[in-house]
Amino acid sequence: MTDLPTVPVGAPTESGAPGLRARRPARPRRSRAHRLSRTDKAVLTVMVAVPTALVVGLVWLPAIATVILSFSNWDGIGGLGTIHWIGFENYQNVVTNYPPFKPAIEHNVIWLAVMFLLATPLGMFLAVLLDRQLRASAFYQASFFLPVVLSLALLGFIWQLIYSSDQGLLNNVLGTKVDWYGDPSVNLWAVLVAASWRHTGYIMLLYLAGLKAVDPSLREAAQMDGASERRAFFSVVFPVMRPVNVIILVVTVIESLRAFDLVWVINKGRNGLELISALVTNNVVGEASRIGFGSALATIMLVISLVFITIYLATVMREDT
Amino acid sequence: MLANAGKAAGVDVKVNTVDHNTFQENINNYLQGKPDDVFTWFAGYRMQFFAEKGLIGDVSDVWQNITGMSDALKTASTGADGKQYFVPLTNYPWAVFYRKSVFAEKGYQVPKTLDEFKTLGTQMKKDGLVPIAFADKDGWPAFGTFDILNMRINGYQFHLDLMAGKEAWTDPKVKTVFDTWQGLLPLHQEGSLGRTWQEAAQSLQKKEAGTYLLGMFVGQQFPTEEQADLDFFPFPEIDSNIGADALDAPIDGFLMAKKPRNEAGAKKLLAALAKPAAEQDYVTSDPTVIAVSSEADTSKYSTLQLKGVELVKNAKSIAQFLDRDTRPDFSSTVMIPSIQAWIKSPGDVDSILKDIESQKKTIFASQ
Repeated sequence: MTDLPTVPVGAPTESGAPGLRARRPARPRRSRAHRLSRTDKAVLTVMVAVPTALVVGLVWLPAIATVILSFSNWDGIGGLGTIHWIGFENYQNVVTNYPPFKPAIEHNVIWLAVMFLLATPLGMFLAVLLDRQLRASAFYQASFFLPVVLSLALLGFIWQLIYSSDQGLLNNVLGTKVDWYGDPSVNLWAVLVAASWRHTGYIMLLYLAGLKAVDPSLREAAQMDGASERRAFFSVVFPVMRPVNVIILVVTVIESLRAFDLVWVINKGRNGLELISALVTNNVVGEASRIGFGSALATIMLVISLVFITIYLATVMREDT
Repeated sequence: MLANAGKAAGVDVKVNTVDHNTFQENINNYLQGKPDDVFTWFAGYRMQFFAEKGLIGDVSDVWQNITGMSDALKTASTGADGKQYFVPLTNYPWAVFYRKSVFAEKGYQVPKTLDEFKTLGTQMKKDGLVPIAFADKDGWPAFGTFDILNMRINGYQFHLDLMAGKEAWTDPKVKTVFDTWQGLLPLHQEGSLGRTWQEAAQSLQKKEAGTYLLGMFVGQQFPTEEQADLDFFPFPEIDSNIGADALDAPIDGFLMAKKPRNEAGAKKLLAALAKPAAEQDYVTSDPTVIAVSSEADTSKYSTLQLKGVELVKNAKSIAQFLDRDTRPDFSSTVMIPSIQAWIKSPGDVDSILKDIESQKKTIFASQ
């Protein structure tokens, strides 16, 4: 196959307009297809079919099944014939007859706000700082990224050592007796500190990768025009990083809606740490087995996520045209 | 224990060990898949629920030949249709635990009524102890306090009916339980929602707390040399008409699969497991439980276990603990958050009870 030269993100192509990908005028497509042998086609088909089957079977079908089951009141026992269909009753119950629901929504929103307004900008800021030729740059990157590499259960344990009300580091150093995990007015914020610690590292790495791909000639041009560092970043680099910015935004939203592991490890998502994902797990997994009710909660989570995904897709599609 | 029981039954037993929590959480899938012929579980509502749904096997014929098990045990092993499905092995009582040395040193007396308990608590506070250790981070330990208060104030039958969904949570009787509990809250350890039962038990062990209402497994938090110092008394009487002989004593035991691969062998194994020898084998390895059979050899029991046996034997009414006496979806998705919400703000009792009742209606009305 001929090697199409790719141009770095953001740099102007010969035609002068910045774009995601720039191609030289290529040869007509049809002749490229004719170069694929039958083995190639077979391999391609398998390589596409297997992941597609997995995604459809393990993601799409269960998701659709969840939405369907949310209209039932099934407890997971007995065959499909034992399912009672009850329409929107589960949704009614979720909204009016389930005290943990409202706090869960509030907490998810707070989680999103904190990630979006604090953790993500902090990650971006760290990335910008690390984008220069610092001496210990690799060390900084590794140390910021370390929390991302650790499993969330391990993170829960580490922060437990810090937050424990009797034996933890924080209370012993500050001399306070705050019940960080047990007091519902503080525990969400305590958990958010732990979650942001991890999220910041993640965003930092994504953004750093994007920054490294920005054409240095842009920065030189801005410098020559006499722009300060700050101005150079906000007026030149930031707009050009648009695709990475969108990715960061989507990742932030998804991680906020998906937030689960930390609160589950701490106290199964109760007493001030309610999150929708924890509520779903509480209802569906285990002996409780309120499959219909839990599916309704999961569907609500899906709908909220869909809103953001739709916005993202609309933005991306619009860019491609 | 299983090896010996297998030998006694003349069957070859293959043991399949699964982590406790995993097993409990996956029980629905397990039973509908390929369950082992015989498996461990507990007595209570859930067992009866499985029986109703046809997921476990009838072992009434094994029960015909079982001796040494009280009527209370047989009732606890019976399904809603009057047939037996469960073979008990061990149980343990819930009671108020304390350290003998602390009581002796400070000159405390074991309280027989609630007023005496409150006086004792006030005295303990003056002496710098937390009167009643308390932990509810996991959500279920506080059920013990609710259960015993309900049984003392409203009687065993009302408690069971409430668990079965036949009584309303908005009933003034239930409110009385919470009001009584609220009166005792100043004696309870603060910050319970951030404390696990292990930590509360440790505060009893460290002589920071005076008493702790928990199951006999509280002993697991005491080092071996201090086990002899542990003692208990049944929760004091509140209403003299009702007395103090009801208690929570969850029973662990065995069930048989609906379609075991070797039904005759399974039944023989269950018969062997119902014998005192099997229970003794098990109790040797876990000194925080007691064998259920009255024929079990208690010579190797610690003083605490012997007391436990007496307590359970004299109990006229045995409950299985809230999360085993009622529907598990009700107990875990409704009761845990509600009790935690009440502990946070006891003044909201009316709205909390109203919410419990309305959620209970939807859950119990479903299949």
